[in-house]
Amino acid sequence: MWRQWIPFWRPGLSPHGGDVDLLFAGLLIASALVLALLFFLLVLFCTRYRAGNRTDRDHRVKKSWHWEVGWTAASSVCFLGLFVWGASVYFQIYRTPADEHDVFVVAKQWMWKTQHPGGQSEIDALHIPVRRPVRLVMASQDVIHSFFIPALRLKHDVVPGRYQDLEIEVDKPGHYHLFCAEYCGTDHSGMIGEIVAMEPADFSNWLTQQAPSSPLASEGGQLFRELGCSGCHGGGGTIRAPPLEGLYGKPVPLSDGTTVIADDKYIRDSILMPRSQVVASYQPLMPSFAGKVSEDQLLRLVIYIKSLAGHPS
Amino acid sequence: MSDKNYLTTDYTLRSWFLTTDHKRIAILYFASLIFFFFIGGAAATAIRIELATPQADLVSSDVYNRLFTMHGIIMVWFFLIPSIPNTLGNFVVPLMIGARDLAFPRLNLMSWYIFMLGGCITLFAILAGGVDTGWTFYTPFSTLYSNSYVIVAAAGVFIAGFSSILTGLNFIVTIHRLRAPGLTWYRLPLFLWSLYATSVILVLATPVLAITLLLMATERFFGVGIFDPRIGGDPLLFQHLFWFYSHPAVYIMILPGMGVINELVSCFSRKEVFGYKFVAWCSVAIAAVGFLVWGHHMFVSGQSLVASLVFSFMSFIVAVPSAIKVFNWTATLHKGSIHFDAPMLYALAFIGLFTIGGLTGLFLACLAFDVHATDTYFVVAHFHYIMVGGMVTAYFGGLHYWWPKITGRLYSEYWARTAAVLIFFGFNLTFFPQFILGAEGMPRRYHVYPPEFQVWNVLSSGGAAILAVAYLMPLFYLGYSAFHGRRAPANPWNAPGLEWQTSSPPPEFNFASQPVVTRAPYQYNEHFQAEPQNA
Repeated sequence: MWRQWIPFWRPGLSPHGGDVDLLFAGLLIASALVLALLFFLLVLFCTRYRAGNRTDRDHRVKKSWHWEVGWTAASSVCFLGLFVWGASVYFQIYRTPADEHDVFVVAKQWMWKTQHPGGQSEIDALHIPVRRPVRLVMASQDVIHSFFIPALRLKHDVVPGRYQDLEIEVDKPGHYHLFCAEYCGTDHSGMIGEIVAMEPADFSNWLTQQAPSSPLASEGGQLFRELGCSGCHGGGGTIRAPPLEGLYGKPVPLSDGTTVIADDKYIRDSILMPRSQVVASYQPLMPSFAGKVSEDQLLRLVIYIKSLAGHPS
Repeated sequence: MSDKNYLTTDYTLRSWFLTTDHKRIAILYFASLIFFFFIGGAAATAIRIELATPQADLVSSDVYNRLFTMHGIIMVWFFLIPSIPNTLGNFVVPLMIGARDLAFPRLNLMSWYIFMLGGCITLFAILAGGVDTGWTFYTPFSTLYSNSYVIVAAAGVFIAGFSSILTGLNFIVTIHRLRAPGLTWYRLPLFLWSLYATSVILVLATPVLAITLLLMATERFFGVGIFDPRIGGDPLLFQHLFWFYSHPAVYIMILPGMGVINELVSCFSRKEVFGYKFVAWCSVAIAAVGFLVWGHHMFVSGQSLVASLVFSFMSFIVAVPSAIKVFNWTATLHKGSIHFDAPMLYALAFIGLFTIGGLTGLFLACLAFDVHATDTYFVVAHFHYIMVGGMVTAYFGGLHYWWPKITGRLYSEYWARTAAVLIFFGFNLTFFPQFILGAEGMPRRYHVYPPEFQVWNVLSSGGAAILAVAYLMPLFYLGYSAFHGRRAPANPWNAPGLEWQTSSPPPEFNFASQPVVTRAPYQYNEHFQAEPQNA
């Protein structure tokens, strides 16, 4: 709405991009006013009160406290306003993503690997439909990277050892830079990708045209059997393990009395650190798979378990 | 009183390297810091030449990464942090309080040796092949993936930290115990208030850095799983620990600069500092609140949103005392009698550059904008405005101001003013374009970049060329003046501070007789008869 008031403005290309731009404009205007006032006073004082200039210098301000209180209060109020404004937009940017079209992002030295649920994977590129929220589930295989799309005014670090959720949405079709913003070693500056935003119809065409590959969930299922997970979690085993059907998205009671929601992070952590969150009334018997599965394989396992959500247990 | 001063008491090398005279130790620091400044500056120059084109034409990626790491490590730990406290502070603290020396003169000498040991180890790491982690040593890159001399460089920084702590302790005790009779806290020059606040941060924060670097080394050697996520560590823990030191460290760098500006603005407008007590307590407030803002480096790291909220709020709060100082300096000019000697030009440049740096700091404290701007050139521009535009400008201003006291000689006012103006223009041309680059989204630490960013990079590199020349100029005219300059009178600026009440250069034990203080600082004559003699 405000963009119409400033016709020459080039808006950010996401639902929040405009808000961030407005915030930027607000910060710029506030700073420009302060700077203009300060420079005006500096120039004024430096010319009027330069040595040798016969200006009246009597009646100097001796008591300073009401000036001090004045500018302390003025700065504080101004800062508080900017703080509240910035924080409210921040909470919109990083709100919990809607569970729509999931894309999985694995960052590694020095490339972005992205994978759609249907199994289509890309290197240093990500095709998404416009005007639809896309949820990214990001993991790093080695060091800290940072997923940064300047056109969307959006950035999030990808820290090894945990999943990061990020919701992105693009308003306009086009090609946009994807940068790695956290220094990650030799070819950090080469870790540049491209976001390709397409009309939803074009996007579905693109998805189907990609080389046919098996969906991530079925690859995950195969992995689930190969790694021996099905031996305990499959139902027919002799060892009692929690069933995974219908698990995803549900609250899980833990043996320490707390409850967690079974989301991507929980499933990932349970594979890598099975003894940190033991399900109530089960024994902590499962071995850790840390170091035995790669980030790519972990993603497939998580997606497979997620695909079981619809099945009754 | 004999005509011997601290420079002429003895000429042997031994008398310099085993001296316990705070003034000579200040000179030792001064010489070492010039050396480190030009090493760090040479790296910066190479970086700017490389970035003049979008491709990698000058150096390879690995060399580039080692260059910016070396630039950061040298400049932060071996120039910015020690510069004002260890050279200007070391020289003028005892003079300003009317003491014969610092409280622990031998500890002071030891601090210099420790500092040089740390510096030499870091230089060895650089000569042996360099470090490519960035000055922040972020894990797990530094512990698991970097194949450079991480441990050696960290050891150098670790050792230099002890020098910081000892200097801080020395200043705290000196300012508490050795003030001349009548020199109450509210008669203390504001430079000493800011050095006192700085010393408190040095003593409290530096051990955290030491611990962090030790943990990092332990992790790199033994893989114990402090920061390594594969065995239960947390990479964000490193960032919390690192910034718990490194954000207060920013105030270690800028607070002494602010202190110098008080002396300069007051002296060259022949007026007492407006709102003395507010300015004094603002230094303390900045030091205290500065410990509570470290998380604003981690708004996009995945720390909790509530933590980000609190750190953003505290970051806005810490900006208030800084703003108060700027307003007070400006108010000091009101109805003054302003002289535009070289130190004053530096002071005015400082006020402008520091304000721009401070305001853009608010942009980064502002959560939603920080998401876009962090890790881009916007941040690079912001902290260079504070560190280089602020601290280095204040350092040069203070150096020119006390130069006659230190050397007993006057420098060429013409060349000094020319250099001050050139530094101001060169600096703005170098770093202002980087704000635009950052707002457009160019990430920092990029060796090659998309071609659309080239225009602003070329401007920035051009500015860096001017800046490099401007920073070299004082080396020549100050160097010349140290040997051939006109003799300086005891008090060339007609300033009221105690340090100007003794001869230039001061005798070995500073004062012929114990001075007694009877009035508040900055008591300039109401009707300005006492003008600087140097003008």
